[in-house]
Amino acid sequence: LTDLHHLNILLLGTFTDHSTNTMPTFTRFVEVGRIIYIDYGDDAGKLATIIDIVDQNKALIEGPEEITGVARQVISFRRVKLTDFKVSICRNARAKTLKKAWTDADILKKWGETNWAKKIERKRKRESLNDFERFNVMIAKKKKAHIISKHMKQLEA
Amino acid sequence: MTAGAENWRVYGIAGPKKALPVDKSGKSPKYYPADDIKRPKPSRKNVHKPARVRQSITPGTILILLAGRFRGKRVVCLKSLPSGLLLITGPYTLNGVPLRRVNQAYVIATTTKIDVSGVDVSAISDEYFKRDKASDGEGEDEFFLGDAPKPAIVSEARRADQKRVDEVVLGVVGKTVNLKRYLKARFSLKGNDLPHKMKF
Repeated sequence: LTDLHHLNILLLGTFTDHSTNTMPTFTRFVEVGRIIYIDYGDDAGKLATIIDIVDQNKALIEGPEEITGVARQVISFRRVKLTDFKVSICRNARAKTLKKAWTDADILKKWGETNWAKKIERKRKRESLNDFERFNVMIAKKKKAHIISKHMKQLEA
Repeated sequence: MTAGAENWRVYGIAGPKKALPVDKSGKSPKYYPADDIKRPKPSRKNVHKPARVRQSITPGTILILLAGRFRGKRVVCLKSLPSGLLLITGPYTLNGVPLRRVNQAYVIATTTKIDVSGVDVSAISDEYFKRDKASDGEGEDEFFLGDAPKPAIVSEARRADQKRVDEVVLGVVGKTVNLKRYLKARFSLKGNDLPHKMKF
């Protein structure tokens, strides 16, 4: 056996089962009810749901408008990123049905708990800091580093 | 007069523009002067509007000085003077900046503000900072001594005013956590800073 084969075994174990159940390759699908994150355009930064699929490149989406502010519209998949969340609706669901599905599934709360959403919020927060806030962050970082180094010295001793 | 004469304006008349009086009967007026009467234009010399200061700069705003001896220092703006300059103070014990005038063009106004309503700077104006003629004259001896920096001669009145103003300002500064440290520190751009994206 070559070295590369040894390396593969080390990394993957003795994996030989190719069924999707044990090692799924894709989990986020373009489907009716998939929650998406809009990356580009007027509604950039907002969540929406796929209500219907137009063709290979476009889908009909809606907020629901009352929850996320995204109106019912056709959008290209290039402007959009798929999230882990899904809502069970029928194709072309009414706004009212969609809104109920969203509130039942508590999507906004679940989204807020994801690392993705937290990263977005962290980035937004950092960009909005004013000079005094940035100064306070610097002080806090120094304090944290001081505490850590103190503990490290104690451990090394 | 031709039709539409009521809309004609006569130039050279001071004050709000008025149309020529039109004869309501529609006939030409019997008399009008051969030459246009020249009226003097309104004098602009004695009309002084208050100097315009940026909206972001108000009394109590923390400013970052960008040029001059105290560049990079964060100071407190006390008020805007009639000349258009801003009156600032360090406070002196924190960063060495005394009561001073500064041009708003060389200043970044941060959004951090403190309450300086308790500070009385009504007596300080542009006159306060005028140079004394006597101390300016350079004698022959001084000329031959060279360009050694002369120690600043600060009058007792200045010291007293500085102390009086700073006492109040320091009291307010002490109320916010880290604000004293903030005013002591100098502002500088680090390697990863993008000033056009920074909010102040």
